[in-house]
Amino acid sequence: MAVPLLEVKDLRVQFPTEDGLVKAVDGISFSIDPGETLGVVGESGSGKSVSFLTVMGLTRSRTAIIEGEVLFQGQDLLTLPNEEIQGVRGSQISMIFQDPMTSLHPYYRVGVQIAESIRTHQKVSKQEGMEQAVEMLNRVGIPRPEERARQYPHEFSGGMRQRAMIAMALSLNPDLLIADEPTTALDVTVQAQILDLLDRLKQEFNASVVIITHDLGVVAEHCDHIQVMYAGKIVESGDRRDVYYDSHHPYTWGLLSSIPRMDETSARERLNPIKGLPPSLIHIPPGCAFHPRCPYRFERCDQDVPSLLTSDGHHASACHLSLADKERIFKENVMARS
Amino acid sequence: MRVEVNERDGQFQGGRTPEPQLLVRLRGVRKLFPITRGILFQRIVGNVHAVDGVDLDIYKGETVGLVGETGCGKSTLARVLMRLYDASAGSIEFEGRDITRLGGGGLRALRRDMQMIFQDPYASLNPRKTVGSIIGTPFRLHHIVPTSRIKGEVQQLMELVGLNPEHYNRYPHEFSGGQRQRIGVARALALRPKLILCDEPVSALDVSIQAQVLNLLEDLQEEFNLTYLFIAHDLSVVKHVSDRVAVMYLGKIVEMAVGQTLYQNPKHPYSGALLSAVPIPDPDLAAAKKRIILEGDVPSPIDPPSGCRFHPRCPNAQFPRCSDEEPQLRPHHPGQVAACHFPLEDRAIIDESAGV
Repeated sequence: MAVPLLEVKDLRVQFPTEDGLVKAVDGISFSIDPGETLGVVGESGSGKSVSFLTVMGLTRSRTAIIEGEVLFQGQDLLTLPNEEIQGVRGSQISMIFQDPMTSLHPYYRVGVQIAESIRTHQKVSKQEGMEQAVEMLNRVGIPRPEERARQYPHEFSGGMRQRAMIAMALSLNPDLLIADEPTTALDVTVQAQILDLLDRLKQEFNASVVIITHDLGVVAEHCDHIQVMYAGKIVESGDRRDVYYDSHHPYTWGLLSSIPRMDETSARERLNPIKGLPPSLIHIPPGCAFHPRCPYRFERCDQDVPSLLTSDGHHASACHLSLADKERIFKENVMARS
Repeated sequence: MRVEVNERDGQFQGGRTPEPQLLVRLRGVRKLFPITRGILFQRIVGNVHAVDGVDLDIYKGETVGLVGETGCGKSTLARVLMRLYDASAGSIEFEGRDITRLGGGGLRALRRDMQMIFQDPYASLNPRKTVGSIIGTPFRLHHIVPTSRIKGEVQQLMELVGLNPEHYNRYPHEFSGGQRQRIGVARALALRPKLILCDEPVSALDVSIQAQVLNLLEDLQEEFNLTYLFIAHDLSVVKHVSDRVAVMYLGKIVEMAVGQTLYQNPKHPYSGALLSAVPIPDPDLAAAKKRIILEGDVPSPIDPPSGCRFHPRCPNAQFPRCSDEEPQLRPHHPGQVAACHFPLEDRAIIDESAGV
């Protein structure tokens, strides 16, 4: 087995607030192999963004309580001093965000901003930095890159801004690119362009990519491995086919049956939403956090916290139901729909 | 120039009422926003052609979906129909009555029949008012319920949309996003309108909550025989809720069809590109999908392209016809019209072998 690029072990992130302790990430472990695309799916407040912001060292507020290990190429990022993590951030791990307008500085030319990130990490002259920035804009498919580099962010459309952000994120040839809802603010045709671009650049730069999203369609088309998060925990993790065609967790089933599908043939089939609301992260339900909304719960579910277990070494789920039950329910109630 | 929509050509398949009755009739509706220069003496130097000649019929009890990318004019069209903007040209009829220039009391009475649900339940509810007061406002404005009975009516509405009536005195911030959207729905329903314009009603919500709100909208439609104009950029959502779907591009309707027909046999290359770009949550089907990839961005609506507005980005464009002659909406499959000189073949984006 290959040495994982990133290995997260029992990561916990908690924020003390006036109302109590917010358990944003509640003990997650996973790893990313070189060249892999990982999709992280979950709803607002599931901890999917916080866990990767922590990997990037961006949740180091004075009050946040962070436990666990984040091993990147064998080095624990959580214990690195701030100066050293800055060397890793940007050059080895970089991140793009949902809203490219707020991630670019409105007062500086786009080329200057990309050149600056290059010059922070590499000893190059201003002019060389700018040349590299233009080259990167060209590689992300921005037409007339020399001209574009001299423009300001407001002169770019949403899709072009996101391309510029990707150019900046990849300018130092990182090993891992984390994309947090990279296309949520974009139109579908532009979304498709950006996702194709990420696929292509991932090959060219030989990087691993994490796509954090709430869109199960994006994940189905672009990710190799998927992990589903709920209330700060990973509830299911597996290869793309495992999660879509043989899912083992009632929350994933709920997600799959709540989305309207473009390819459903009978018109106006009724959606089957998950009942209730996601829990407060201050008062996470005892036992399995999903049990109050789960139609298949039984006695054990409000007492024991299910651990993320695997039967075959790669497909894992955190649910007390027996494997036979999971397979039966998925076939009868979830797959039957599509 | 006027585009005649022949959507009645062929069979009407949309509404669930046996005898479709016309509720809204738009003919040649335009909305231009002037661009001005100068401070004291403002000169008009150009116009943003937000909506540029739209004909649309909406029948009682049906849901018409309106899709298109940012800036295609779908929200402007809804606001013109609501009479929140005045149309620059064209006519709007509601139940056979011309409401294009209606003002004063007539307009206020019209608002009882047409209501709107907005995208952002955080911005569309006044944070300083209690939920009871927000939902009760329409009653107070229209004086149709005596003040003493407003509370009872409001609580009934709250129950109807799945809110706890005991939360009458709570403020919007005490509710989650999905519950806030329910408050917006209750407010829109208060006057028992005939038409509800839903402008991206579920875009800000998480998937599981989105499904709850969509089901609620469907139930209410059944119960009150509501008509919806449903605007969203999420095509899967639009297809799910709509009887007929209209695709807009740069201020014009380029195709209109029954949802299933549109998905299986889109005729306009823009509809095809839009549909093929929607990610499908099924890895095998996603792999079988044929993609029509669009280059570039939507052109500026200030100076839209000549001929067919889509020709600069269209993979099928043939010159000079597409750049000279504006295509008219023509019937294709039953209940489908599209404006294209060189329409797509049937099943252009679905791979037959995938067995969809």
